[in-house]
Amino acid sequence: MSGSTKTLQDLTAQDYKYGFTTDVEADTVPKGLSEEVIRTISAKKGEPAFMLEWRLKAYRHWLTMREPTWANVKYPKIDYQDIIYYSAPKSAADGPKSLDDVDPELRRTYEKLGIPLQEQKLLAGVAVDAVFDSVSVATTFKEKLRSLGIIFCSFSEAAREHPDLVQAYLGSVVPYSDNFFATLNSAVFTDGSFVYVPKGVRCPMELSTYFRINAADTGQFERTLIIADAGAYVSYLEGCTAPKRDKNQLHAAVVELVALEDATIKYSTVQNWYPGDKEGKGGIYNFVTKRGKCQGRRSKISWTQVETGSAITWKYPSCILQGDDSVGEFYSVALTNNYQQADTGTKMIHIGRNTRSTILSKGISAGHGQNTYRGLVKILKGATNARNYSQCDSLLMGDQCGAHTFPYVEVKNSTARLEHEASTSKIGEDQIFYCRQRGLSAEDAVNLIVNGFCKEVFRELPMEFAVEAQKLLGISLEGSVG
Amino acid sequence: MAKNNGQGKAATSAEPMLAIRGLKAKAGGKEILKGIDLEVRAGEVHAIMGPNGSGKSTLAHVLAGRETVEVTEGQVLFEGKDLLAMTPEVRAREGIFLAFQYPVEIPGVSNMYLLKAAANAVRKHRGQPELDAMEFLALVKERMGIMQMDQALLNRSVNEGFSGGEKKRNEIFQMAVLDPRLAVLDETDSGLDIDALRVVANGVNSLRGPERAMLVITHYQRLLSHIVPDRVHVLAQGRIVRSGGRELALSLEEKGYAWLEAEGRGTPAPAGAR
Repeated sequence: MSGSTKTLQDLTAQDYKYGFTTDVEADTVPKGLSEEVIRTISAKKGEPAFMLEWRLKAYRHWLTMREPTWANVKYPKIDYQDIIYYSAPKSAADGPKSLDDVDPELRRTYEKLGIPLQEQKLLAGVAVDAVFDSVSVATTFKEKLRSLGIIFCSFSEAAREHPDLVQAYLGSVVPYSDNFFATLNSAVFTDGSFVYVPKGVRCPMELSTYFRINAADTGQFERTLIIADAGAYVSYLEGCTAPKRDKNQLHAAVVELVALEDATIKYSTVQNWYPGDKEGKGGIYNFVTKRGKCQGRRSKISWTQVETGSAITWKYPSCILQGDDSVGEFYSVALTNNYQQADTGTKMIHIGRNTRSTILSKGISAGHGQNTYRGLVKILKGATNARNYSQCDSLLMGDQCGAHTFPYVEVKNSTARLEHEASTSKIGEDQIFYCRQRGLSAEDAVNLIVNGFCKEVFRELPMEFAVEAQKLLGISLEGSVG
Repeated sequence: MAKNNGQGKAATSAEPMLAIRGLKAKAGGKEILKGIDLEVRAGEVHAIMGPNGSGKSTLAHVLAGRETVEVTEGQVLFEGKDLLAMTPEVRAREGIFLAFQYPVEIPGVSNMYLLKAAANAVRKHRGQPELDAMEFLALVKERMGIMQMDQALLNRSVNEGFSGGEKKRNEIFQMAVLDPRLAVLDETDSGLDIDALRVVANGVNSLRGPERAMLVITHYQRLLSHIVPDRVHVLAQGRIVRSGGRELALSLEEKGYAWLEAEGRGTPAPAGAR
């Protein structure tokens, strides 16, 4: 560790005490962002010193950065001093007392998705009894994982219980200085998930935040770190098809994946944050940095995402293909309706030899939605025999929406082989009529056609998730056909 | 009002299954149908013939409820019910089937999947229990034989990459599964070679029955030597200018449409044509 860092660490460790004493009893820290706020967050979480040091480095770097403007999205300026960066998990008493107090519109959606009552309560923030089915499920589940040596816990817990692992891998894929939002996240993130799968272990079940106790409040600045050691396999599910109410408008999460030799990580997301109303008011700004590193030979990282929520989605789950013969995949469905905007895609960085990547992006625009695919395929000098296949399809519904594609390619090795296919189609009146003539309602017809369009991506989702994702698309498109 | 609710009872012969009265319709701002009167009874097969642009397909679209066609005048009763008041899907569930002239491709949606959704929409409407995957498969296998369909086509995306003949065959196969009361075949013969034509015609013939009516729209008489109609109507300039038995189709084959088209325009037909 360099001298200056050492000094910094000492300094921060010193100030840490003050941070700790000033605000210990409060449930929330004051609005705005400062070193003191960051110290408070770190103290509240009882983090080891290296974490605080890292956060402060990020914060100081962030102060020198500017919010990026290159994305194809529009939104009013965010006042970063008008955000509360930490609030303790809401006590159940603040939430609705029963499902009857929950927004009927939200309940209607839950019912359409076929979500069990207990789970509806959880999602809507209704106080639930301590004895609750999923809790016992989660407990047995945790025991099973523990017996295999798999660590699956909240990030805070990991920082306390497994500091060596956290210190070794935190920021190793998305450094604290990576980009404006990732850097902000590094400074202030409150919690998230941590997964470590030991050598040669195949995780026997899909890991999902739903099964993580205390995960109900995911928070505004989430951070997830997943490590698959040599030969390990893990499939991780993020999010939920049910729309979740959240008063935080800005979400800036970071996800880091590390796959060592022969390891495979499959990461599936269904994102359905509040998209705003029909006029485009409200809604979440979802500025996420997701990146995986195929560090070892023959490792594989596969991203699958279904993005239907948020007012703005800004997200590029990427793969760094460092190990020889490693494989990166990106399968995406992004849907924008009403006034939603999505600028999403991936980056495939080929470093190792014989690295392969596949990109399959399906964008659906309806209403006034704007959907942008932005992708980069980069083949570095040493990436002999690298291969990439990209396919970007856009589906338009109506004449007020837009689809945009920005595929970037940088090739520095002449043995590379790249293929790119793209299509834009309009959902045809004749297709809808054909289905209606066979007896399907116009809405069912649109669902059928859209789901057909997305089929290749849904195929990559775990079975149950895929079924939910199909229903979700239908609900998200409600009212988009006359 | 309707006594027959589609439970499979035949309409009484006194009451036509389909009654079109004074039908006028526009498409693209232009009047295409200029007053059509037509009655079709259960068990009957009617052929609608006519030159290109005479309004044959427009008539098919009016019956199916295509929104690009605007009905300006007239009435269409289907089993006593006001057909024009129904949405396309309700018409389909009531038992109207249109075999499309240009079957539409739907990428990513398997033929089987669409058909099961369609069959169950119809069954639900009729108050019948929906079929599960196994029951549906059994039904499909039985009906597949009729069309000599390759089972592989079932699992492929709807009409995607199908040859012209496969598409038309698929339409009739769908008809066989959906079991409609009134089938409208819009130029099902176009683009078929003689072998495919025979297969399609055999399929259609096997679906003829006392409870089902068919409206076969075609430009050529050759289809009608395979699907023998009870009645033949000639459409020209948006009107039915001549109706008759099967022999009318044969004389059209000989003389062409010109003499009847003249009638449609209201000018005297050449003397020798009468």
